[in-house]
Amino acid sequence: MPAPLLEVKHLRVEFPTRRGTLVAVDDVSFHIEPGEVLGVVGESGAGKSLTGLAIIGLLEPPGRIGAGEVLLEGARIDNLPPEAMRRLRGRRIGAIFQDPLTSLNPLYTIGRQITETILAHLPVSRNEARDRAVALLAEVGISAAERRLNHYPHQFSGGMRQRVVIALALCAEPRLIIADEPTTALDVSTQAQIIALLKRLSQRHGAAVMLITHDMGVIAETAQRVAVMYAGRIAEIGPVRSIIHAPSHPYTAGLMRSIPRIAHTGVGRDSAQLAQIDGAMPRIDAIPPGCAFHPRCPQRFERCDRERPALLATGDRLAACWLYASDAGR
Amino acid sequence: MVALHGVGRDFDVSKPWLTRLIEAAPRQLLQAVDNLSLEIRRGETAGLVGESGCGKSTVARLIVGLYTPSRGYIEFDGNRQTPRAGAWSAEVRRRMQMIFQDPYASLNPRWRVADIVAEPIRAQGWAIHRQDLRARVAELLTQVGLAPRDGEKYPHEFSGGQRQRISIARALSSAPEFLICDEPTSALDVSVQAQILNLMQELQDRLGLTYLFISHNLAVVSQMATRVGVMYLGRLVELAGTQTLFSRPQHPYTRMLLDAIPDLEMSGRPRTPVAGEVANPLDPPSGCAFHPRCPHANPRCRVERPELKGWRDGTLVACHAVEEGRIGAD
Repeated sequence: MPAPLLEVKHLRVEFPTRRGTLVAVDDVSFHIEPGEVLGVVGESGAGKSLTGLAIIGLLEPPGRIGAGEVLLEGARIDNLPPEAMRRLRGRRIGAIFQDPLTSLNPLYTIGRQITETILAHLPVSRNEARDRAVALLAEVGISAAERRLNHYPHQFSGGMRQRVVIALALCAEPRLIIADEPTTALDVSTQAQIIALLKRLSQRHGAAVMLITHDMGVIAETAQRVAVMYAGRIAEIGPVRSIIHAPSHPYTAGLMRSIPRIAHTGVGRDSAQLAQIDGAMPRIDAIPPGCAFHPRCPQRFERCDRERPALLATGDRLAACWLYASDAGR
Repeated sequence: MVALHGVGRDFDVSKPWLTRLIEAAPRQLLQAVDNLSLEIRRGETAGLVGESGCGKSTVARLIVGLYTPSRGYIEFDGNRQTPRAGAWSAEVRRRMQMIFQDPYASLNPRWRVADIVAEPIRAQGWAIHRQDLRARVAELLTQVGLAPRDGEKYPHEFSGGQRQRISIARALSSAPEFLICDEPTSALDVSVQAQILNLMQELQDRLGLTYLFISHNLAVVSQMATRVGVMYLGRLVELAGTQTLFSRPQHPYTRMLLDAIPDLEMSGRPRTPVAGEVANPLDPPSGCAFHPRCPHANPRCRVERPELKGWRDGTLVACHAVEEGRIGAD
């Protein structure tokens, strides 16, 4: 079996404060194969964005990687000096963020931004870079690419800007793309187009994609595997289809039931109430002992508030829940 | 209870007066809402969906009287709001309240929660005893699932979902009959969204409230509304009972929106890919505003604007293709 393109082992992101160290991402491990899309889903504060930022080395101080390793194509990248990490970003890892307007410089034409990025990473001439920029824009679905190169970001609509950002991320043909909420700022019809584009590009370029989002629907459309995060930990990880249809972890199950859906029978007030998970995700300075989900969990038992569950194999996936312990401490 | 009759609202987006004089540029008007007629019956939840910029929030603001209509008039239980009339009378304002999208921006950070919730009562000038006021606030907070002692706290001490509960308590404090909810859960996580939607349904059942529920999220609207209007570029393109709209959408735009929603069931149902983007509202297309994106457009659609026409099952659709039977109900 070939080595995974990205491997994250026991990653821990922490924030030292006067009142002790806060752990925002705790013992997170996963891997992504070439050409695979891994969805990372969770509610705000689950640590999904911080995991992405830790991988590309963009954690804002005082945030830091407290433990664990990040391996890109078998080589460690979490301990690289900042300059080497900077060269890696853009060249071997591309990043797409939520708000396309803040990812683009409003003072430069997008043509300049794309060609500069290409020149920074690849040994090509200015003309070659420009041709490549045109090809890239065409590839992400921007018509009249030649003319659009001379436009500034404000002359593009939200969806078109996100396409430009994707083109920027693809400039140097990175092996790994980290997309953090790439469609959250967009309307549904635009979102559908961007999802289709991301899927097509990951297939064509064989890049691994880490897709971070709060929207299970986007994951269902795009990813092959999904990691569900809760309070800085992975609650469940496995194939998207089977997790969506039959979640193992009580949190995933609650999450899936609380998503409103368009059913063709019994909509509106005739429909049953949505299932809800009472309470809220704990703040990172007050993560309960044992399983972080236990205060909200309908299936908890004694072991849950004492011992923290590791990811346990159950069927085709891993779930961090004592329900799946083989020694059944119940 | 509430009725809009051919309501339109323009915004003047012209350049400043002097620039206009020098460049001999004409005034420029943006038609945010045009010729919109809608009736909301007592006790129902009317839904309004559409993508950003379609004018749905303008409709909300027109109804509460934050904007006055440029054309047409709004009726509320016999009272009329016309282009020339002033604000709604205090009595009408007491009877309708609004819940906003962003629970971080809509609560004054310097006020205690109890004062925020009591403000509409004070604004009504009701001579009410301190003790009674405190009891009323406590009752309101309990009603939305908070504790009476939460009234002593400030908004920053609450999470997004709890803040939205405070907004709801505030809206209920003047004992309104009609609530306008503009994207009330869009800023919330799904599990919290489910809590708020359930709360809103419980309150409606208990207090006999009428809702206008505005959202870009079709699944949320399908969960809440009894009737749904779909807006595109300031106009209503389809209005139907929730069940009918979601099981037998007529207008090509409604169909496109439904097809664009990520398929959480992963059923692999056939879908038409979404084409194009929302047109610039400053320069709307001639004829039917949707024609440049519509797969069924013909020459008539390019020149003649379709009016809303009644359909057998009470559905209203503004589309030539539906009217002529060029697209069948599937």
